[in-house]
Amino acid sequence: MSNSVNTQKKNGFLAGTANYVDERVGVGGILKEFGRKIFPDHWSFMLGEVALYSFLVLLLSGTFLTFFFQPSMAPVIYDGVYAPLKGAHMSIAYSSSLDITFEVRGGLLMRQVHHWSALLFVAAAGLHMLRVFFTGAFRKPRELNWVVGFVLFVLGMGAGFTGYSLPDDLLSGNGLRIIDGMMKGIPFIGTWVSTLLFGGEFPGHAIVGRLYSLHIMLIPALILVFLAVHLFMLVIHKHTHYSGPGKTDTNVVGYPLMPVYVAKAGGFFFIVFGVIMLIATFFTINPIWNYGGYDPSPVSAGTQPDWYIGWLDGALRLAPTGIEFMIGDYTVSTNILLPLVISLLFLAAVAIYPFVENWVTGDKREHHVLDRPRNAPVRTAIGAAGVMFYAVLWAGASTDLIATNFKMSLNQVLVSMQISLIILPIVAFIVTKRVCLALQRKDREIAIHGRESGRIVRLPHGEYIEVHEPLDPHDLYKLVDFKDYKPTLARPNAKGKITVAARVRSSMSKFYFEDRIAPATQTEIDEAAHHAHEIEAEVQKAIESSK
Amino acid sequence: MNGLRRSPMAFGIVLFAGLLVVGTGYTAVQAAVSPSTSATRSQEQVDLGKKIFLSNCASCHGKNAEGTLNAPSLIGVGEASVDFQVSTGRMPGAASGPQLEVKPVQFTEEQISALAAYVGSLADGPSIPDAAYLQANGDVSKGGELFRINCAMCHNALGAGGALTQGKYAPNLMGSSEKTIYEAMLTGPQNMPVFNDANITPQDKNDIITYLKYLQNNRSVGGDELGNLGPVVEGLVAWLGMLGLIIAITIWLGAKSN
Amino acid sequence: MSEKSKDVAKQSGVYSDHEYDAGLRVIHEDAVANPGIEPHRVRMTDKSEKHEKNAVRQVAALFTISMLGSALALWAYFAFPISEDLTTVRVNTLFLGIGITLGLLGIGIGAVHWAKTLMPDNEVSEERHLTRGSDEKRAAAVEIINLANQESGFSRRKLIRRTLYGALAFFPLPGVILFADLAGKPGANPGDKLRHTAWGPGRRLTLDPYGFDSEGIKPADITVGSVFHIIPKGLNPDHEDYLEQKAKAAVLLVRVDPADLVESEEKKGWSYQGIVAYSKICTHVGCPVALYEQHTHHLLCPCHQSTFDLLNGCKVIFGPASRALPQLPISVDKDGYLVAQSDFLEPVGPSFWDRSVKQ
Repeated sequence: MSNSVNTQKKNGFLAGTANYVDERVGVGGILKEFGRKIFPDHWSFMLGEVALYSFLVLLLSGTFLTFFFQPSMAPVIYDGVYAPLKGAHMSIAYSSSLDITFEVRGGLLMRQVHHWSALLFVAAAGLHMLRVFFTGAFRKPRELNWVVGFVLFVLGMGAGFTGYSLPDDLLSGNGLRIIDGMMKGIPFIGTWVSTLLFGGEFPGHAIVGRLYSLHIMLIPALILVFLAVHLFMLVIHKHTHYSGPGKTDTNVVGYPLMPVYVAKAGGFFFIVFGVIMLIATFFTINPIWNYGGYDPSPVSAGTQPDWYIGWLDGALRLAPTGIEFMIGDYTVSTNILLPLVISLLFLAAVAIYPFVENWVTGDKREHHVLDRPRNAPVRTAIGAAGVMFYAVLWAGASTDLIATNFKMSLNQVLVSMQISLIILPIVAFIVTKRVCLALQRKDREIAIHGRESGRIVRLPHGEYIEVHEPLDPHDLYKLVDFKDYKPTLARPNAKGKITVAARVRSSMSKFYFEDRIAPATQTEIDEAAHHAHEIEAEVQKAIESSK
Repeated sequence: MNGLRRSPMAFGIVLFAGLLVVGTGYTAVQAAVSPSTSATRSQEQVDLGKKIFLSNCASCHGKNAEGTLNAPSLIGVGEASVDFQVSTGRMPGAASGPQLEVKPVQFTEEQISALAAYVGSLADGPSIPDAAYLQANGDVSKGGELFRINCAMCHNALGAGGALTQGKYAPNLMGSSEKTIYEAMLTGPQNMPVFNDANITPQDKNDIITYLKYLQNNRSVGGDELGNLGPVVEGLVAWLGMLGLIIAITIWLGAKSN
Repeated sequence: MSEKSKDVAKQSGVYSDHEYDAGLRVIHEDAVANPGIEPHRVRMTDKSEKHEKNAVRQVAALFTISMLGSALALWAYFAFPISEDLTTVRVNTLFLGIGITLGLLGIGIGAVHWAKTLMPDNEVSEERHLTRGSDEKRAAAVEIINLANQESGFSRRKLIRRTLYGALAFFPLPGVILFADLAGKPGANPGDKLRHTAWGPGRRLTLDPYGFDSEGIKPADITVGSVFHIIPKGLNPDHEDYLEQKAKAAVLLVRVDPADLVESEEKKGWSYQGIVAYSKICTHVGCPVALYEQHTHHLLCPCHQSTFDLLNGCKVIFGPASRALPQLPISVDKDGYLVAQSDFLEPVGPSFWDRSVKQ
């Protein structure tokens, strides 16, 4: 198909360039090492990529915005094209945001791309984190990478918060007001922290400039550094893969980086970017022109932060009434400290989970084959409870919208959420664990007896049976290749003493593994197959004799 | 002189003078607070209105609009209140719920004017606004500022509506007419505060109406407004819309080709 | 570890020189064996040249759509200029966006389709090695570290080591303290500023945003059921600290039937004929408590739904706030305008540690 002369010429140019670069940088070695690296192919492995690509889109669109946005809180009187704000007092930050929206071609588009991309970035990172959790991908050797990912998630939240506060509009300004109030509530140092952050009294003239430095310089730099570590570890560890025929803990099965992954993953960047662009073209996000510049006196009904800060706002709303108390003349703002502490504890629990599970199981081996969530029932149930806890807090931030749009009483919605926050995670745990165990039992049943074929046969002695089709060995393997753990007793140490740690570990191992379904073994399958053959023989005899 | 001071008529004169002073003073103050209450209503209208009232309203509001356990007195609420409540369909009121809901309007314009005339005739109260202030030709920028200070906390900065306590709510304003908006401000229906003319002058009210009309007539430059409900809906769209679409694409991407 | 599990460990080859504890894991001796990678399923594009040609055309078409999309965006940028008419902004955004979307999706979907249909899709296996370094490498590393330690004398020379730690611990501290001036000039106690607002004896109440332009408000202006959003007279948007003052001085002015008001002894003289003034700044975290329900006399904060009972000194009756809203004592001056009797008698807004400490 290709002209040999052309091929030669093309090869000549490419070969020449490659040679030039290799003599100066040694890329040949890199290409050899990484060019045919194998990556497994499953859609759930692409969620991290979605986050990565949204981040790239944020960098691109954000750079555009930095050329037009002015992070100054100096007051100005608006003289632009948006009529409802003509003559209004506002800060230069807000005014430049309006100019980007209404007077720069593509400015509004880039603002919307940037903001939608930010929402997608944290959502994809969160969903990716959930995938990693529910498949046990955080186990050795990836515990540290889990912590790096956790830091990235928190940095993402920080980037988003600092970002949407930059236009200094009424909605985000009230968000800053809330942060100020929370800080003031910190014992001893509260008013100092608030003064430090705002450069004096709230709102001051400094905060937007400072958030700008954080948002365009410090936080992106940190994200890039942690991203580099995250991806570096991914390359060293190689990607995990689901259990299946040919897949073990000592290999990785998939497709080579070049050309398949370059095409798929490279193409996927354009797809993610394209989807963001599509939404940004057709759907309004953050219509700051309607909110007006920040002023501490007006406020809009339905004041919520961006979704990834929602759980924190919900925590504030769900705090019970009047729990502030005094120590002598000093005020302890428990109504702020309680939500704050609970949020921090939740984050801490997420960050240390891999180490806890590792300690309980004592499994020091490397794990590269993923768990199906059902095969780790207690871990999955803990995850479900955690998700439910987060979700109730998240829903708690929209109590007023729920009340208005579903015609309910605001007060009743709030009280039900306070109750749900305690009850629902417990219910989620119990239900999820039971569902996982039931699914495991079903899998075992199918592995040993085969799939129900729908053929009913009546045996000569009158019994009706359904004929089961044995599974193809490739499908069978997926059902039986999972790791099975059992609880342990507390054992005395070298000195003959049973330590508290040993006791705790023993009870936790019971909590995790006392309800367990073992994978079907070859012996059990052979026995069942033998039994099935006997019945099949009987069936054949019956058919013969009836002829 | 001495005799006059002690005269029994003195008391009457003083009393009369006092009443005159207080009465005119009060009327003057009231006039400053609410626009002219002497509407041009005809006796025909009032009579028709009374008939409609007796058959549709008296069961809750009392035969003479004096109020019952079920509904408040309408004496002094003025024509504007009646016009607002009946022309938006809130009245005749439904039985239960934390507040009156907008329902299909049950009367013709003529009937509503008659009702308003009748109730207005019972005592002075806020009257139907002067058409001059309903032209939406005011200062849209001033209107926006006033809207944010006085209205956005309940009705939301874009007029999308908002929650009050115990199941009450401030409704969405995007379908309201100029007259309805004016009358609501003037009369303070249900738990909405009263924004009399000393608080928000008739020109201010026109400005606010101008701003709301601007919002109603100018769709967002950014595309679909997603109900103007803010970051909560934007978050849902990001998760269900964007992430959902992208996950569907990843499933296609990872699947073996045929 | 049992003999059997050691065997399993050995079997996997890679782990042959390290025996990792499997902890609580149950190693089943009769586990089902791995059947190996599934046989490759041939695609239509591998079997049939017609399908292959179609796929090629599809990929090329997608890339072409991308080019057209980008061209559309370029053209739209100039073809739809923007002006004061905001529909021009919408149209420009729309076509620019559609063009760029097609430009991007064309490449993306084309590249993925190319990979799926035309590039080889045989699954390949690559062996892993243990993440830990080999024993030789580790030994070499340990040797290097030991050598470095010996040659520098780091372990031996306690004095050098300890003073080094000291120096490293101290040198960042000036860098940290440099950030202290982020606080501006807070004075001895930043909380002090929170104890004073722009209100003082005789300061007139005016409507937000007319503070510097209006004479004031007279009691007769306020009818029962009204709510007036108030700032102190003289507050001017052109002043440098306008928003800082407003953030403490915003007030709600409401008139109720005096018979309904429940006033404590010490606050009896703070209202005027049923007109009461309360701080608008929520005592939870500082949002404006701006919603007033005329009939229930409740004030509702839209941020976290703290609810205050106006008739009862704005006590908290629902939501996460703890303290009642501070009341501004008001009366009337000689010209008949409503004025503050004094500043608030407690700090407004969110609580802070030394809020109640006597000054």
